[in-house]
Amino acid sequence: MDVEITLRVDGTDHRLTVDTRTTLLDALRERLGNTSPKKGCDHGQCGACTILLDDRRALGCLALAVAHQGADIVTAAGLVNGGGGEGDGLHPLQRSFIAHDAFQCGYCTPGQICSAVGMLREAAAGWPSAVAKDPNAADVVLDDEEIAERMSGNLCRCAAYANIVPAIADVAHRDEVAAHRDEGARR
Amino acid sequence: MKPFRYEHADTVAAAVTALAEEPEAAYLAGGTNLVDLMRLDVATPEVLIDVRRLTSDRIEELPDGSLRIGAAVPNSDLAADRRIRRRYPVLSQAVLSGASGQLRNLATTGGNLLQRTRCAYFQNVTTPCNKREPGSGCSALEGYQRDMAILGASPSCVATHPSDMAVALAALDATVCVQGAEGGQGPDGELRIPLTELHRLPGDSPERDTVLRRGELITAVELPPPDFTATSRYRKVRDRASYAFALVSVAAALDVADGGTVRDVRIALGGVAHKPWRAWKAEESLRGAPATWDSFRDAAAAELAQAEPLPGNAFKMALARNTVVATLLDLMEAAR
Repeated sequence: MDVEITLRVDGTDHRLTVDTRTTLLDALRERLGNTSPKKGCDHGQCGACTILLDDRRALGCLALAVAHQGADIVTAAGLVNGGGGEGDGLHPLQRSFIAHDAFQCGYCTPGQICSAVGMLREAAAGWPSAVAKDPNAADVVLDDEEIAERMSGNLCRCAAYANIVPAIADVAHRDEVAAHRDEGARR
Repeated sequence: MKPFRYEHADTVAAAVTALAEEPEAAYLAGGTNLVDLMRLDVATPEVLIDVRRLTSDRIEELPDGSLRIGAAVPNSDLAADRRIRRRYPVLSQAVLSGASGQLRNLATTGGNLLQRTRCAYFQNVTTPCNKREPGSGCSALEGYQRDMAILGASPSCVATHPSDMAVALAALDATVCVQGAEGGQGPDGELRIPLTELHRLPGDSPERDTVLRRGELITAVELPPPDFTATSRYRKVRDRASYAFALVSVAAALDVADGGTVRDVRIALGGVAHKPWRAWKAEESLRGAPATWDSFRDAAAAELAQAEPLPGNAFKMALARNTVVATLLDLMEAAR
């Protein structure tokens, strides 16, 4: 059954008519030509379709487009220029993935990067993870175990994890240094 | 996926009425399980009634110290809530051990309780399954049994309930608040169901996961005021370190008196039954007993005496026993 909907994607509103069965993933890829979210399993098991919905990471394959009108949707493509990048316009995580050679085939990469953006926000907000030593700790320290646990919803068939974790850790630790610097400047 | 109509209701009462009147309608919340089941043709609703914005997405403290968790509270927010983490750590840990960050952001509290089993035969429409198609048979009885139940199963269904959150809620004596077409005894015609009585054992009607009647909508989950629940934890054993369903999980809270005897204890098991399994017999065996490895093992044995494992999941007997003991020993350590 067709419905007319409005989706806000990477800062632009799109008016389109979709069948109610259309997921956000299919609307983005097939209707709006944004192929940065990838279709891996289409069952919520691989994370390749990860996007940001109102600043939170979510799976496009399990979200019906008709149920997410009005949400601010950001894809990996939309992180370029919008994510505080400099020079080449890439988001710091995108640049870090390149610097650390954190992919082989690259199919899972846009999902990994969107997931990492959401994950760093969650950690900055003090959200605990299943491997937290102290669930009541005020601050999250993103060591390799924490990053692996928090990123476990993104599978990489090439097993580039050995470089994905350092690529994310690099940005996470830079953010921590920046946060401390800001705090020092305020004092 | 079968075509469907998508609808909004403006009030809980309107949603309840709309669903009660449409034989092939279903509620949609986060959709992380329902949309997948629709794609698999396991769920075939003709109408989806979106209830995500109808119920509260807040966790509210009541005058008596209870916490009322709105049905639309995302799993992420529930796990991150400072009050939950401090007063009921087992609940935060259970939620965080389920699914992935992406899924927890969309999945809701009410939806988590109503997710369906991940039994491979239930999810595969080409195989017989009494839960999906009553009377067609249970493929698991002669099939893959690793994920199946050892407690409370029946010849018609040996599936397990997949939720981690519900196991912690069972141990915490949570109450499920429901709005129904018929009305209930609480304010605004609210029905109140103990969480341990929400889910059913399969018996000969495994197609019914819960005691909810057609149209009834979960609006909130309430946690009683904290007692010794600050000393609680969740331990989950699975085939990979993260992002997998439990083979066995244990939610427990422990209160040990100065003399070293167990004053009170709450234990629930996941991955072993058609519902979150409250281990009443183990608890009874432990109250007043010395808080020792021997008592913990005896308590687990008392609970598992009623188990009926299948050839393919007999390993869960030792796994469940050892996980109960390990969780209680962890709590002894934590209380010290």
